[in-house]
Amino acid sequence: MTTNQTKGKKKQEPAAERPGTAAARPGRSGGPSPLFAYAPAPESRTVVDIAPSYGLFVDGEFTEAADGRVFKTVSPATEEVLSEVARAGAADVDRAVGAARRAFPAWSALPGAERAKYLFRIARIIQERSRELAVLETLDNGKPIRETRDADLPLVAAHFFYYAGWADKLRHAGFGPEPRPLGVAGQVIPWNFPLLMLAWKVAPALATGNTVVLKPAETTPLSALFFADVCRQAGLPRGVVNILPGYGDTGAALVAHPDVDKVAFTGSTAVGKEIARTVAGTRKKLTLELGGKGANIVFDDAPVDQAVEGIVGGIFFNQGQVCCAGSRLLVQESIADELLASLKRRLTTLRLGDPLDKNTDIGAINSAEQLARITALAETGEAEGAERWTAPCDLPSSGYWFAPTLFTNVTQAHTVARDEIFGPVLSVLTFRTPDEAVAKANNSQYGLSAGVWTEKGSRILAVANKLRAGVVWSNTFNKFDPTSPFGGYKESGFGREGGRHGLEAYLDV
Amino acid sequence: MSTTAHDAPAAPPPDPATTLPSVPEQFAGATASNRALTRFLHGLPGVDPVGLEARAAALGTRSIKTTAKAYAIDLAISMIDLTTLEGADTPGKVRSLGAKGAQPDPTDRTAPRVAAVCVYPDMVATARQAVAGTGIKVASVATAFPAGRAALDVKLADVRSAVAAGADEVDMVIDRGAFLAGDYLKVYDEIRAVKEASGTARLKVIFETGELSTYDNIRRASWLGMIAGADFIKTSTGKVAVNATPANTLLMLEAVRDFRAQTGVQVGVKPAGGIRTSKDAIKFLVLVNETAGEDWLHQDWFRFGASSLLNDLLMQRQKLTTGRYSGPDYVTVD
Repeated sequence: MTTNQTKGKKKQEPAAERPGTAAARPGRSGGPSPLFAYAPAPESRTVVDIAPSYGLFVDGEFTEAADGRVFKTVSPATEEVLSEVARAGAADVDRAVGAARRAFPAWSALPGAERAKYLFRIARIIQERSRELAVLETLDNGKPIRETRDADLPLVAAHFFYYAGWADKLRHAGFGPEPRPLGVAGQVIPWNFPLLMLAWKVAPALATGNTVVLKPAETTPLSALFFADVCRQAGLPRGVVNILPGYGDTGAALVAHPDVDKVAFTGSTAVGKEIARTVAGTRKKLTLELGGKGANIVFDDAPVDQAVEGIVGGIFFNQGQVCCAGSRLLVQESIADELLASLKRRLTTLRLGDPLDKNTDIGAINSAEQLARITALAETGEAEGAERWTAPCDLPSSGYWFAPTLFTNVTQAHTVARDEIFGPVLSVLTFRTPDEAVAKANNSQYGLSAGVWTEKGSRILAVANKLRAGVVWSNTFNKFDPTSPFGGYKESGFGREGGRHGLEAYLDV
Repeated sequence: MSTTAHDAPAAPPPDPATTLPSVPEQFAGATASNRALTRFLHGLPGVDPVGLEARAAALGTRSIKTTAKAYAIDLAISMIDLTTLEGADTPGKVRSLGAKGAQPDPTDRTAPRVAAVCVYPDMVATARQAVAGTGIKVASVATAFPAGRAALDVKLADVRSAVAAGADEVDMVIDRGAFLAGDYLKVYDEIRAVKEASGTARLKVIFETGELSTYDNIRRASWLGMIAGADFIKTSTGKVAVNATPANTLLMLEAVRDFRAQTGVQVGVKPAGGIRTSKDAIKFLVLVNETAGEDWLHQDWFRFGASSLLNDLLMQRQKLTTGRYSGPDYVTVD
């Protein structure tokens, strides 16, 4: 494991070394060398101007919470306080839902092409401000700038562009000749992809003519508040989008509010169940996108080098804090040793450190609480007899960090094979036959994602048809596109986001 | 930027007399017949093109700055096979190429020398004189370069004439027709014969990856070349539409990495053609660093087949040392 240079650490002087010395040291390969040590390449923080405090965004204005409560949001990489944010209570929820209700008639009466103009404008502004938003997201969330720059922000803009295109074509979407919006959507989103989850929720809601009250997660409120500014910049009518930062109680109040017509939630299965109970017996329409324990199945005829990349991307993308992460590796026994050797060699090349450094692969865990949960589950894995392997790695002294970790000798009976860890921890299981692989992959309370690695096309189709998972990737993993529906089976939730299917959740059908 | 790669203690290139027999022995079963060889090559893991290109592109986003950039630029200069392969080549052109290789930047003696000059066999003697005493190697393309469409004895005569004229390295082309027709044993035997004719010269085997067309074929060709005794595997002649790309070079780096893990024998990699800018060259060095590892970060194990690349590296080098970008009139045109 290479540790990206962090502040205060003396950096290597590669120019002082001679290129020839490398070859004089036989027997070393794999990891990047100290010889070619990448100098720090931090993205500039000056592109984003974070105010010392932020309010709630209600009815087109930033306001304080009714009871004046605030909370601090920190950078998980350094524990530095980034800003102080108003914390919405029940009275603020009422106010925001009221604003959204008042905005609904005019917004939903707009011709689709007019609503599309606002969405296209938002998409363009996001593209124009993408560097600023990427740096902001990296600061508030802890994920590497490489990911916010190359994955999160392009996808955010793509979602707005995509649903902008649907706004005037709803009658051709297959939901009847004149599909109607639902009204006020109450949306609660998680901290792992703050702005992307916002886009997944807000873009289809607005395209279909709903108005929105959205609660971002307590550890990552900033990008949603910057999005509020984007809405103002785009001239979006007041009250169409309202942002209420807060904790679980804010979300609970929003979900329970009687004037909310639609609830959309992405987050943990436990909270999802709570929401389902709250909403039960009401007229509210509900979609839930919850946990997962994705199986990444590697057959003996897989393209090995690309499979290794897919496994790494599947579980270490965003520090494994991804609901559809490929957190269970199911590898055919005949190639298990070879594949694991390649995987371990590859993991030694991951660069962990300052998330703003453009060469960082692994950033910080989002919060102390999440770090504690990952740590506890990893300890359980060890206690239950699974074999733990962690790439040798220096962790920065401040902030929340967890080195990428593998568990081998894992069986279906181990906690690390069943519970969602939501961190950079991969459980490796083996199988002998395709039937066994499918049986093990499906033997989970979850069913969000799966991967199939084989060069044999017929096997891809046969296995994918038997997997009970909302998304099945083949010879790739963690690929997202706004045109593709996303959602779960079983305790991973219900309803689909993205694509034409994603419109249904926001239409009265 | 005081490093001159040429003064560095080079890893001794493997003594052909000791390494050559050992590799084919390990693969004696695989090379017993064309069927056996086909089974072996087709048994190698497949390559998923989307995944391979995505990995190459991801490594291309590494941000190499300041000290790392200075190191990479000097390393890249020291890895260049400065090449002229034209019908219009003259002794004068080859001599100026040699002078350029020996002293790439007349205004800055600390600029490292290139690894080799690469010429046609009839220019080897001239090149030999031009680089005498500099430590720069003379590489010669041979075997009816670039098409490789000639009888074996003609190809071997081509190789022998280059070696007799003093070539340190021979860049051969494989018979792509035979490869694509599935006659792998013919390609294997030809490489073995050229290796023998090359004597102590290091052998670079050119696959012309643009003509092999699929990544699966490039992986198979890499292993075929390595088990036949190649000292280097090389992407292209520079004479077809698609030459070295990050993806095909990444794939070949995986092959040499896996081959050493299996046999203990280290083989070099040479991307050639189409690498023109410092930025590109640095991306290739990142591929080397993060795929094969630091053992390959040396001119004995990685080369760039290029000509215009050198001047761009020198301009970037001047920019780093002086803080100013001087422009193409401040580097020599040869």
